[in-house]
Amino acid sequence: MSSVSKETIATVADMAGRYEAGFVTDIETEKAPKGLSEDIVRFISGKKGEPDWMLGWRLKAYRKWLEMPEPEWAKVDFPPLDYQDAYYYAAPKSAGDGPKSLDDVDPKLLETYEKLGIPLREQEILAGVQNRTPVAVDVVFDSVSVATTFKEKLKEAGVIFCSISEAIKNHPDLVQKYMGSVVPPGDNKHACLNSAVFTDGSFVYIPPGVRCPMELSTYFRINELNTGQFERTLIIADKGSYVSYLEGCTAPMRDENQLHAAVVELIVHDDAEIKYSTVQNWYPGDFETGQGGVYNFVTKRALCEGRNAKVSWTQVETGSAITWKYPSCILKGDNSQGEFYSVAITNGRQQADTGTKMIHIGKNTKSRIISKGISAGRSNNTYRGLVKILPKAEGARNFTQCDSLLIGDHCGAHTVPYIESRNKSARLEHEATTSKISEDQLFYCTQRGIDEEEALALIVNGFAREVMQHLPMEFAVEAQKLVGISLEGSVG
Amino acid sequence: MLHIEDLHASIETDDGAREILKGISLDVPAGQVHAIMGPNGSGKSTLSYVLAGREDYEVTGGTVELDGIDLLDLEPEERAAAGLFLAFQYPVEIPGVNMSTFLKTAINSIRKQRGADELDALAMLKRIKAACARLGIADDMMKRSVNVGFSGGEKKRNEVLQMAMLEPKFCVLDETDSGLDIDALKVVADGVNAMRSPDRSFLVITHYQRLLDYIRPDVVHVLAKGKIVKTGGPELAKELEATGYAEFLDEVA
Repeated sequence: MSSVSKETIATVADMAGRYEAGFVTDIETEKAPKGLSEDIVRFISGKKGEPDWMLGWRLKAYRKWLEMPEPEWAKVDFPPLDYQDAYYYAAPKSAGDGPKSLDDVDPKLLETYEKLGIPLREQEILAGVQNRTPVAVDVVFDSVSVATTFKEKLKEAGVIFCSISEAIKNHPDLVQKYMGSVVPPGDNKHACLNSAVFTDGSFVYIPPGVRCPMELSTYFRINELNTGQFERTLIIADKGSYVSYLEGCTAPMRDENQLHAAVVELIVHDDAEIKYSTVQNWYPGDFETGQGGVYNFVTKRALCEGRNAKVSWTQVETGSAITWKYPSCILKGDNSQGEFYSVAITNGRQQADTGTKMIHIGKNTKSRIISKGISAGRSNNTYRGLVKILPKAEGARNFTQCDSLLIGDHCGAHTVPYIESRNKSARLEHEATTSKISEDQLFYCTQRGIDEEEALALIVNGFAREVMQHLPMEFAVEAQKLVGISLEGSVG
Repeated sequence: MLHIEDLHASIETDDGAREILKGISLDVPAGQVHAIMGPNGSGKSTLSYVLAGREDYEVTGGTVELDGIDLLDLEPEERAAAGLFLAFQYPVEIPGVNMSTFLKTAINSIRKQRGADELDALAMLKRIKAACARLGIADDMMKRSVNVGFSGGEKKRNEVLQMAMLEPKFCVLDETDSGLDIDALKVVADGVNAMRSPDRSFLVITHYQRLLDYIRPDVVHVLAKGKIVKTGGPELAKELEATGYAEFLDEVA
């Protein structure tokens, strides 16, 4: 397998900026206080028992982060972040922090769990109840044996699937080679913060020629107690391999941490394919005021390194107060393909600015973008996408379709496509529509006995079908339910 | 069955509220088919929308009862569960929602409201297949999005299919004949006739007499300028075919 070439690095750097050499330091062991400093970065690395190179990498990122400006181009509005007022180590929360039992949890949240059919013990975990029944997150499995079978099967296939912390210890060569190769720490301020303080995430390596025998999911990974805040995921599909990866959970996740800054890097070699599906349903904040919702600032990027490499991003974004997320594809290998299928639903006071970047470098590279934005309540929903054709991308092709659906009179839908072509043989197509949900459609459904909220869910799922059908089966059914739940309170 | 008394309804326009139904009284006993005929703009479609509970119309007076249940007090979906079905003049397209999903959702919504168990996927499939076969509808229509790309005939047949599957007590057919050629008209009429029974009634709204050759009404009403101006037997429809509506327009004016 080849390492990331100079050309790619140059392109990535061009998009991002560069960072300086680092250093090593001692491990400190005191309890992590609020705020961010070099000491905190050392503390995290120490807690994880990381090698020096990893700490050096984190510290480099931290120093870079101090200098970097906040990205301010997105159409989202929020007060400046106070980084010193947050916790950066996902230490077990002290007993006073969370709700003591489900009785203390917002009834609205419980109602939603009920609708999704989530078992009681799992509800406790999702709602962050303290002193809950002492079981690890493997209650998510029907039984522990499922997990065991699961692990054995993967081992047999030679697939490495573990937490990023384990990978740093057990597979340092792969991590050093690939981490930061697609999303360098200095890419943007949020990714840079993640590079300094990430505490969790997944690592996947699929060996040459292996078709991963099952869908991989964070939901099914053990040691997944503290998901979320600063996740870092690295997936490598070696030559001729295939993997489908599911991230997230349809159940609404309450989190005390307002700022989430995840990084996902995918590397796809010759003839390999990664299918990455996300359902995001973090707490969106108070319906009327937006207070308390999660800021979800995510950097996801795939590098189609080899010939005929293929990446497909599918996302269903329904949660978070603010979503800032652009899963992208760098199509470097000749004939490589990138796909982006997105459904973003905003309601209440939510703001979403999401889309993709398709960077065509190799010959005959193809990309396809299907974005379905649904705005309701007083929310704002923006599609922002870049299609860039570099001079050597002979015969590159892109198809983009952005459809927006408005529900009610107080929401906004915005489409911001950027197109840059530096090769005359490239063919680019862009289609965009904006429509309002029609009274005729709603009346037609209600006349058939379907109540208004269910009718809305039906119509919106129809609108989003082209994207939903790219989700793996087991996710799709739940995601459809989620669409309905996300739109509650937007009619009538 | 259906009892309408002194029904008044208006619609909000830029120039304020405009009254369209100006005191309609009508009785359709169980098992009967009544036709409502009238010129364009007489309020025929408004009547069907008001019965079904469309929001745009405001009922300003009168009552509508279906087997003693006050319909005007109910939401549209509750009226559907109470047994009211409206076959639309212009069936609405719902992109991305296939017919079988739509039917499943509608049937189970109604069953739930009526206190019956929801049907599982297999039972549902069997019913849908059987109903399609009776109406000469190809199975693959069930895979297509609701009314999207349907021909005029397919759309109307689809309305009759839904009518058959939702098992209503009272069916309103709003200009079901519009846009149909004679063959399609026969298919639709056959579907409706097959549903006629002593405990089900129909209100067939039409501009032309043609449809009534195939769906024989017990009673024909003439609606003009928001009022029923004449009521008679099937022969009234023939009369209108010969003379037109001019006479009624003058009468009310």
